[in-house]
Formats: sequence, C-alpha cells, structure tokens
Amino acid sequence: MLSAPDVTQVLEAFWRGSLGTSSALISGTLVRAVPLMLVGVGTAIAFRAGVFNIGGEGQLLMGGVAATVVGLQWAHALGPGAVVASLIAGAVAGAAWAGIAGILRSRFGVLEVITTIMLNFVAANLVSYAVRGPLQEPTHIYPQTETIAPNARLPLLMSETRLHVGIIVALVIAVSAWWMMTRTAVGFRMRAVGTSPTAARSSGRVDVAAVSMTALMLSGALAGLAGGIEVTGVTYALYENLSPGYGFSAIAVAILARLNPVAVIATAVFFATLETGALGMQRDAGVPSVVATALEAVVILVVIGIAGGSWERVARTRDVAAAHD
Amino acid sequence: MSPQRMTDTAAFLEASVRTATPLLIAATGEVVTERAGVINIGLEGCVIAGAYTAFVTGVSGAATGYLAALASGALVGLTLAVFVSMLRRDQIIVGTALTLLALGVTGALFRARVGAPVVVPTDAVITIPLLSAIPVLGAALFAQPGITYAALALVVATSWWLYRTHAGLALRAVGESPDAARAAGIRVTFVQGTAIVFGSALGGLAGGALVLAQTGTFAEGMSAGRGFLAIAIVALGRWRPYGVLLAGFVFGIAMAFQFAVQSLGWHIRYELVLMIPYLLTLVALAAFRRGDAPAMLGRGEDA
Amino acid sequence: MSAALVAEAPSALELRGINKRFGDVVALADAELVVRRGTVHAVLGENGAGKSTLMRIAFGLERADSGRILIDGATMHGGSVQESARAGVGMVHQHLSLVGNFTIAENLELGGHGRFSPAATRERLSRLSEESGLRVPFDAMVRDLSIVEQQRLEILKALSLGARVLILDEPTAVLAPTDVSELLAWIRAFVSSGGTVVLVTHKLREALAVADEVTVLRRGRVVLSAAAGATDETRLAASIFSDAAPTLSPPSTFSATSTTAAVFEAADVSVIDAGGVTRVHSANVIVRRGEILGVAAVDGSGHRELLQVMAALRRPDRGVVRGASRIAFIPADRARDAIIGEFTLTENVALHGLGARRGVMPWTSLMAHTAGLITRFGVVASSAKAQMRTLSGGNQQRVVVARELAHEVDLVVADNPTRGLDLKATTFVHEQLRRAARNGAGVVVHSSDLDEVLALATRVVVVFHGAVLDAPLDRDAIGKAMLGATAA
Repeated sequence: MLSAPDVTQVLEAFWRGSLGTSSALISGTLVRAVPLMLVGVGTAIAFRAGVFNIGGEGQLLMGGVAATVVGLQWAHALGPGAVVASLIAGAVAGAAWAGIAGILRSRFGVLEVITTIMLNFVAANLVSYAVRGPLQEPTHIYPQTETIAPNARLPLLMSETRLHVGIIVALVIAVSAWWMMTRTAVGFRMRAVGTSPTAARSSGRVDVAAVSMTALMLSGALAGLAGGIEVTGVTYALYENLSPGYGFSAIAVAILARLNPVAVIATAVFFATLETGALGMQRDAGVPSVVATALEAVVILVVIGIAGGSWERVARTRDVAAAHD
Repeated sequence: MSPQRMTDTAAFLEASVRTATPLLIAATGEVVTERAGVINIGLEGCVIAGAYTAFVTGVSGAATGYLAALASGALVGLTLAVFVSMLRRDQIIVGTALTLLALGVTGALFRARVGAPVVVPTDAVITIPLLSAIPVLGAALFAQPGITYAALALVVATSWWLYRTHAGLALRAVGESPDAARAAGIRVTFVQGTAIVFGSALGGLAGGALVLAQTGTFAEGMSAGRGFLAIAIVALGRWRPYGVLLAGFVFGIAMAFQFAVQSLGWHIRYELVLMIPYLLTLVALAAFRRGDAPAMLGRGEDA
Repeated sequence: MSAALVAEAPSALELRGINKRFGDVVALADAELVVRRGTVHAVLGENGAGKSTLMRIAFGLERADSGRILIDGATMHGGSVQESARAGVGMVHQHLSLVGNFTIAENLELGGHGRFSPAATRERLSRLSEESGLRVPFDAMVRDLSIVEQQRLEILKALSLGARVLILDEPTAVLAPTDVSELLAWIRAFVSSGGTVVLVTHKLREALAVADEVTVLRRGRVVLSAAAGATDETRLAASIFSDAAPTLSPPSTFSATSTTAAVFEAADVSVIDAGGVTRVHSANVIVRRGEILGVAAVDGSGHRELLQVMAALRRPDRGVVRGASRIAFIPADRARDAIIGEFTLTENVALHGLGARRGVMPWTSLMAHTAGLITRFGVVASSAKAQMRTLSGGNQQRVVVARELAHEVDLVVADNPTRGLDLKATTFVHEQLRRAARNGAGVVVHSSDLDEVLALATRVVVVFHGAVLDAPLDRDAIGKAMLGATAA
C-alpha cells in the first residue's frame, strides 16, 4: 500500500514526466500526442460512418514499414522529396491494410471488428519478421533497421527539442476532418451511412458500401500516416515497439472526444499526458506504466456509461450496412 | 510411417489438442453468448484476467486456480452485461474497453509483483490406461490434463442444453427475435445478461487453462488474441458447439504448428509461423458466410 | 349466440377503469371492457386510439397505471404474461411474434420449462391441430411458412398453452380476402365450442360480420359499447371518428391514354433475390404521365421488388428498364428507409439526392428550403433545426412527402405511404399524390389496404407470384387476381 509521502512522490513523478518541465511537455507529451491525434481522428471518422475500425495499431505499423522502406531504399533518388514520399507511402500502406478488412466486409460480410483485430496481430508479426529478416540492420545484431537518410527525416519544429513538424500536420488534418464531416457532401454521406444505412440508401441513393469503404480506408490512411510520421520524425528507424499501443489508445481518444475531430486534439493531448506521466511514475516512483492503459479503458467506460445515447444507434445499424454490398 | 515419424506426429497431435483446449473453452462460452445476440469483444480481456488470476492463485492447487479464473472472467462479464443488457450501450465499444482494461490491469499487477514466484505448478496429466497407448492418437486424446476432458464434456453439455432444454430454446430465441421471446414471457435482459456472464466466465477459465495446463507462468498480454480467435472459431463452427469443437482443433493444429516447425528444423521464420492462426481466421471468416448467425448478433436489441 | 344469451353469459375477461400514460401521452383513460364467455367481442378504433395498448395490458405485456383486470372473475396482478397465460388468455399479435429461424416445434415450445423434446412436441402439435382444425406443415422452418400458416401457428401456440380467451390483434390486416373469411369462420367455430375471442380491428364490416358485441375506443376512452346487432356501420364510424365520419376524397377521374408520354417502361423484366428465387417474372409495365397506377398484391408477391426497380433502387436481373431520372420515393418503412431520427429536419431534407452531391453542403440554403417546406406542407415542428424523432409519425411523413415532392418529379413511387397515419395525415398524403399526378408526374402507389389502392388509382395492376397483370377497376376482380384466381 502507498503511504502519504509516496502519493506525493508518485504525483510529482507524474507531473515531471508529463507537463512539469518544458522538455517533458514539448519533447515528451506533445510528440506523443501526434500519433494519438492522427489515429484518433481516423477512428472518429470511421466510427461516425458506422465502421468499427479497431485496427489502427496494425495500420500504423504497416505505415511505419512502408515509410521505412522508402526512407532506406529510395531516399537518395528522391532527394528533397524523400520525406513527403515516405509519408505518402505510409498513408497508402495504412489505407491498403484497412482495405483488406474493407473487402472482407463488403464482399463477404465479415465483421470488420474481428478482421481489423486479426490484421493487428499479422502486422505486429510482420514487423517482427522485417526487423529480424529482410530489413535488419547490416550487423544483424539488433532487431531493428538501419536509420533512414537525413533527407527522409521530418524537420524539427523547435531546435533542441524532439518536437517535429508532424504536429502541424496532425493539427491541420484534425481541423480539415472536422470541416469535411460537418460541411461537405462526403462527410454528410458518412454521417448518414453511420446513423442509418437503410435511409441513406433508399432516400439518399447513397452507395453505402462505397462510403463505408472510403471511411475505413481514410481512417487507415491516417493511421498509416501516423506510422510514417513516427518513423520519419521520432525513431528514424523501424523497431518492433514502434507503437506502444497508439492504435488502441486512439479508440479512447476518439470516444472521449465524442467522435468530434477537433475535440480529438484536446483528448489526444490529455491521453498523451496520461501516458508520459505514467512513464514518469514508472521511472521515478516504480509504478507500472500500464496503469495508463487501464485508466484509458475506465475513461471509455465512464464516457459510454454517461453519454451512451448516440452510440446505440451506431451499433444497431452497423450490420445492416455490412449486409448491403 | 517410421517410428520416429510416428512419435513426432503423436507429439504434434498431443500439442495440438493441448493448445486447442483454451480456445475450445472460450469458444464454447462464446457460442452461448452469441446465441443470445451478443458478440463479446471483451472475451480477450476475460482470457487475460483468468490467466492472471490462475497464475496468482494456482499455487494453492489447480482447482483453486480454475475457480478463481472462472470468477474473474465472470466479473468482466458482469460489467459487460450491465453496460450491454441493462444500459443498452454498444457491445463492441464496451467489449473493446474491457479488453483494454483487463490487459492494462493484469499488466500493472504483474509488474508490481516484483520478486514473487513466476512459475505455478501445472495441472497434472490424467492418463487413461490402455487407450493412451494407441499409436499416434492415443496421447492426443487420452493423456491430457483434466481441463481438456472437462472442455470436451462442456461441449457435449452445452449442445444438449441449447437444443434439448427450454432454457436453451429461450436463449436462442433471445438471439433470434427478442420480441418473440418477450411475447413468450421470457425475460430477455436477464437471459442475455446471464449468457454474457456465462461466456465470460468460460473465457476466464480458458485463461486459467492456458496458464495451468500449458505455460505454467504468466506474461503480459499472453492471451495473444485467443479471445478474438475464439470469436472467429464460433463463426467457423457455425454457432454450434460440435462445429466449434471441430474448428477449435483446426486452430489448435495451426497454433501447435510453431512447435512442429522448430522440431522439424524447417527454415521458416518463426514470426511468419506465428501469423498462421490469424491469417487462417481471415480466410475462414471470408469462406464461411454468416448465414447461420443469430439474427440479432451484434446489433443492440431494438433493431 | 342470441343477444339475450350474450348478456347473460359470465364474463371471461374484464378490464375495469384502466389508465395508462406513456410520458405525457395519455394512452388509456378509464377504459372498460367486458368480454363474455363464448362470444366474439370486437374492439374498434382509429390508429392510436389505444386498442393495442389495452390488449397488451389484458395480456400482461404492459402494466396499467391503475385499474383492475379480472379473468373468469379472478383478479390479476397484471404485468405478467405468465400469469395471464395461466389464467387462460392467449394473444396473437399484429406483427406475428414467431422466430423465423426456428422450427414449428421450437416456436410452439417457446416459454416452457425443463427438458425439450422435439418428437413429443410434434405429437402434441398434431393432436392439437386435429382438434382445432388449424393445419400447418409440421416439419417446416417458420421462415418458410406463408403468412396464413404463420398465423395459424400463432393461434395453435396460444391454444397449446391452454388459452380459452384469444386476443387477436388485427389478424386480418395481413390476409387476403378469402383467407379473411376462412379465419372469421374459424373464430365462430371456436366460440361455439366454448372459446372466447377478442378481435381488434379497424374494419367495420368484419366486426359486424363476426362479433356478438363491439366496443369502440377513441383517444384512450371507451365511447361505445353495444351488441353488434344493435348498431350499424354508420353509427360505428361516427363514434370511431369524433365528428361525422370523414370520407376519403372521391377517386381520381383522370385516365391516361396510350398517347400520353411514358415515364417508366419495363420490358420483360425479371428480379431474382439473393436466395436465387425469382421475385418478379418477365414483367411488362408502363407508367404514363398524369396517371396514378395502383399496384395491388398480397405480401410476398414480388411487388416490393417491382417498386424498387421502378424507384431505380434495384437493377433488374433480366429485361430492359427505361425510366425518368427525377424520381420521388416514399418507402413503406419510414423509420428504417425514409428518415434518420437523430438528424435535424434540414439534414433529413438534405438526404434527397445525397448520393450524387459533390463538394460543400449548402447548409444555409438547405435550412431556408426546409423552413419553406415546413410552412408549405403544414408540418408541426419547432424549426428546421428540430430533431426528426421529436415529431409525431404524421408530421414525419409530411416531411418525407415534402422532401420528395417539393422538386419537379417525373415519377413518384409510394409504398404504403399512409401506414400508421391518422385520417388527417392520410388525406394529406393522398392529396399530394393526386396533385403530383395532376402536375404531370406518373404516380405508382401500393398499399396493403386494397381500398386505399382503389381510392387513389386511375389504373390498377395486380402482382401475383411475380407476374404483373392488368386488372379492371373492380374490387372483386382485383381481390381474385391477387390470389391467383383467373378473372372470369
């Protein structure tokens, strides 16, 4: 059991690890918020469209793999365009990985919840294989790739910190996603399909399967982009533990934001704070950091418990959407 | 077949059955849950919760470990039942949250146990005389831990209960047409909630079997998707206990393949072999459409 | 039973001073109903008058806020299906409550206890079927039964639980005319052998033909209770509708000639469903400007698929279709296909043509357009920003009709456009459909209620077993054709 001084010590460790120092805030928390924001926005879009993409983790990893391959193999040939090419490759890989689940859903009526989870495991094993097999660094000692060329790396936003321009990308995408969902025909179609696929089809003449597929692949693209940004902006190489579960945390991020992409900005920073704070607690006070995962789950349950209303409808209509191909 | 080959095959089959046991237990529970119209995405959480509980309590004997594992799964299931059957919240989101919660809590508790023993005695193998001596298949079928025999009995009992009792009939009606069930005086919320708790408790037991009959230790995230695989096995088994029995063994073989690869000295990367069960799931789900699925599966009751 | 005997018979079911509210809505106010043993008692009333609620309370599916329920003179606690079933009350619901993926035996046994033996159930079923004269194919899955067979099974189910008082909630709504007379004959036979029937209906003719006594509900109150012989259609109609019975406007008189331009043309069209069953078979249909084509059919005849082809929501599997591009579609299932309850009225209006829309949503002009529709079509709603689900069913349907008919259209396809609406809303929808035809659109209407088809149509086709046949504007001839009898 923790005694009173311990509690103070733990909270101090949390504070120092997350927000208490400018380096913890900028190089720790904000850097960590970037992937949460991107995958969170993608998850929010998919859920709004009635597509339960639980595969952000796998899509992020595949994006990381693709970005690494571009950064390692073609950085020289691409010159100044290498970063952008890496990020595009990441987004495309993420979209394609999600697209597998999309095809299984539209062609065979398989619940995307199960397929995206299975694809997470496949992706994790693929990364393990890649960093021990074809992509392993030349000495063949460490399970990781060589570092990518400097011209394939994202520029830093502030010197002397680890904060890279990826955060600008994430912010712009969050706001754009909000604009898309509320102001454009594409976004309204997704909301309509997510709330009532039958009405969207019969009264709006909407191609429900196509809209679901678009939403799923878009969310996959954002997760893949997040993976690309992690490689080009943070790790500069592919590791097995490229993602400490960003894909899962992002579900909590999206739900706490009530699937509003702009609110995702705040909830992503909130969960990043939780996670870096928990790491600080582990480092300085010996409290296991996985506590943060449990805390995220509790947040989901509390939010769903209190503000359930709109969620029921999403669940109810989901299968109908899967049934129409 | 050469004697060496026969021994290898026998060992492989024995490992397959042993590996299939947790999957079979979890999937049998999930058949009951899904027949009541609910997909339990929290099943993975039940498995890890059961695994951890069995790991902690298993020192006092396998029976204690199994009971504690059942109880921890039931606790996760009770939470799911309250949210899904009573509060009518989305079963997928709540299930996902519970899986994350269980993974996080067990991980934290495990790391906090620095210095505590990391091994638990495993459940003894019960060898049935004569039958276990049958070449190739003997060990696979008649020299297994007690929990394997219990799992087989569970399949038989569940099938009988679903198709030959009024309670089973009522449960299936809830998953097909809650309105019709209600009109027949069946308490839909209660039946569905009970089905969730039952399936989750078996998910916990599956985790217990994983620790007490297979690994003898705990590792963070050791459920490794077994709860999700069980959901896939249910679909592959056409939502019937005997179908699940068959599908469970197919998956057991796929998972035991990693041991075979090592012992056969094949040059296939380990990571690629580990992918097989997950890829198999994807292929199996695509190949077998949801034709026989309970009509209300995954939908929230008022659809 | 003679009127005198009826009055003397002891009561089988008594509902006394029943009150029930749903939120702010009063569903029943001091409702009284006395059903005597060995009689048929018809309960009449408009949609929403409280008939179904009263019956659900009698059967224990709902609990009354206050009031007493007596079965064979014994007071019930209420609110429990088991209790009323034990007391001998059974109910056959308007929407049949059978499990499609179950066998007949499994359906029959639903709600029982202990072991379940399909063989024993089958035996009991065949005995029961023999005694009651209700025949069903024992070994079929329920989803493969016809509506009539499903209804028989529902009645058998109630009888097998020992029901002596049967509540039949609008049992004829889903039946074809000859099946209706068969059912009514069965009801008379059942009461003459000592049973009791409460028949909920909105069809006066039926009620007077079969009932010993009638009770009329209006807005949750009993406004008339009398022996059937002591009243007539006019008086019943007057008490069902508070004022003098409003009549539907007279049939349209326009008659399209072959020279009028076609807005839809199907040549040799076939539709095959996912299960490989041919739903529409080599159909030839033309819809011309200015006409209202009535489509008459009993459930499951393939007319639904035909309407989907007309509305361009489904491509035929064979044959050629030529149709206008400006199509208005009013689907049968409003909550499912026409509206999104949690969206605003503006968003619901914006669904129109959403599939083909590009770029930015013009929300400001859409809101103004919706506000205009609210005024023009007399929708009762706080504003264009109101959530659709806050509106009453009638007003939701007004929004749907407004959305679909506000633009110039060439073809209107309406499937049961007035289902569940009260008379005022029904009249409104009918007016709008007629106006669309007058303005030059071709209008196609299907209704489960043949009288509604006849009231609207300038020409009628019958769909039977996937075949589309021309029919004269004659009620009897159409009724026969709907059942596949060749018109003599």
